[in-house]
Amino acid sequence: MRTPVFFIVALLCGLAVFGAALWTANDYVFYAGYVVLHFIVLATAWNILGGYCGYVNFGSAAFFAMGAYSTIALHKLGTNVGRYFPEAIAPVAGLIMPLPVPVLILIGGCVAGLVGLGTGYLTLRLRGAFFAIATLALAVVLQTLVINWDFVGGARGAYVIAPQTLAIGGFELRYIHYLALIMIVLVVIALTVARLIERSRLGYGFASIRDDELAAEACGVPTLRLKLIATTISGALMGMAGAPFPYYINYLDPASAFNLSYGVNSIAMPMIGGTTSWIGPLVGAIIIATLQQWMTVTFSSEWGVLFAGALLIAFVILAPKGIVGHVQDFLRQRRQSRTGR
Amino acid sequence: MDVTLLLNALIAGLLLGGFYAAVTVGISIAFGILDIVNIAHPGFIILGAYIAYIVNQTFGVDPILIAVVVLPAFYALGALTYQVYYLSFEKYGQEALRGLAFFFGLLFVTEVALILAFGVDYRYVQADYIDRVFRFGQFAIPMRMLIPCVLSLLMVGLLHLYLSRTFTGRAIMAVSQDQTALRLMAVDPVRIKRIAFAIAIGTAALAGACLIIIQPIEPSVGREFIGRVFAICVLGGLQSLPGTVIAALSLGIIESLTTTYAGPSWAPAVAFGVLLLTLALRPAGLLGR
Repeated sequence: MRTPVFFIVALLCGLAVFGAALWTANDYVFYAGYVVLHFIVLATAWNILGGYCGYVNFGSAAFFAMGAYSTIALHKLGTNVGRYFPEAIAPVAGLIMPLPVPVLILIGGCVAGLVGLGTGYLTLRLRGAFFAIATLALAVVLQTLVINWDFVGGARGAYVIAPQTLAIGGFELRYIHYLALIMIVLVVIALTVARLIERSRLGYGFASIRDDELAAEACGVPTLRLKLIATTISGALMGMAGAPFPYYINYLDPASAFNLSYGVNSIAMPMIGGTTSWIGPLVGAIIIATLQQWMTVTFSSEWGVLFAGALLIAFVILAPKGIVGHVQDFLRQRRQSRTGR
Repeated sequence: MDVTLLLNALIAGLLLGGFYAAVTVGISIAFGILDIVNIAHPGFIILGAYIAYIVNQTFGVDPILIAVVVLPAFYALGALTYQVYYLSFEKYGQEALRGLAFFFGLLFVTEVALILAFGVDYRYVQADYIDRVFRFGQFAIPMRMLIPCVLSLLMVGLLHLYLSRTFTGRAIMAVSQDQTALRLMAVDPVRIKRIAFAIAIGTAALAGACLIIIQPIEPSVGREFIGRVFAICVLGGLQSLPGTVIAALSLGIIESLTTTYAGPSWAPAVAFGVLLLTLALRPAGLLGR
């Protein structure tokens, strides 16, 4: 399937899901669905670096929070234009502020992408383990920075009050529906990017790094440049997943934005689904996030993340190919036994 | 600048750094010598701290004594963890991606399980020396810092002697350099690695008891130590225990000065800064070869 065709088909599938959710006339479906959708983006983003290149990023929460906090900063600027801008610029700034969510997503993506590029530049020339440790520590440090940055609320957290409804072209849309629609488009974009990478020269370069970096380097693959590209794309997509989050949650504090559960989930979902293709993170995220939503309602959210962690350990030990990989193996075996080989 | 304040900050930093040596020595063995990226180490330390807390609350036993008693259990836990790690990942060369995810999962599951069992309240232990303070004029040395510091340095010293003088210790140092040569000496590298990893986890029992003497803890405290232990380990030059001690003392002093002059909320960022600077400027560390 050609990439534009895939994009349109995936978008139509997403819109069909949205229509089905509208048909249930239940707001909870949208609130839970939004969480599942933003985990699909996170898992797909993680897989671009982790699954294709073989470099583990533990700091998904840091990139996610970068997106969320750039939204909070811009939201605060946008709602108090007169206070933060010099008088000469204020009328102009007032025209474009507050920025619409899609623009915020782009900005959040750029910020997180730059953070990814910087971290990668400092640590990717060393062994893979150092990059993993650096991303883990990055989350702690960025959290420290945000806690000490009063403008975005510091340790107290920040309120971002979203309007109830939004008018687009004379059409009244409930805000949660609007956020869900944006997230669906973002999921489709992330999946298309992942699939495009997988089938391009870039993807083969990534795979050569994953399989044997030394051999790849010896064959003339520009490994450092490719790794930096992967880190930047992956970080940017995570930031994009985080940017609309403040409008969804309405109150965000550093402890929840930098929650380790984002790191665990975005590793667990691709690992459980399967890391070699774009389908794996999608399958893993849908299964895990949906089960987590059910557990959050039935028991508590702690049980949900404990479940993801335990399942991650079980899968890496017992089923290293993930659900998609093992299903493919099973189908191949059945086909072979049917043709009598 | 107030000299007394500076000197007090330096003393506090040295004491803190001594304790950091105990926290890091397990990583220096696992990551530095065996090349096992055990990011779950802080999780084991918190587990040790909670065991000290439970027994201390129930029976009123001294936390250090508890640590010494549970040390064999931690040794066995370490041997078991290594066996699973070896059979599932190392044997097939899968440690880069799956092994890391495995340890990350372990760290996370430990933390969440402790949250579910004990909640997120801060827990502390009771012992009669915890509130005592030595005073020399204007300088104060709190016992709750001094005892963990002395114990840590003692433990690291003993480990250093063990690694450089005994046969098994030398085999552990050799396993990081040449496994084939070790096999030619009729030593099983997997067995040696298992012993070394078990020792590394064993140190977590004592480090955990020291941690809960120094400060009240809650399950997610361990996360703050990840950046710290790897920063110290890398700064110390990975394989060298004396390097670890020097790096730990340095980081303790830098953190203490940051806390005194910039505020405690900035302290967690220090370790990461040190880690990034070391990786960028001198990846071999202070005493690295």
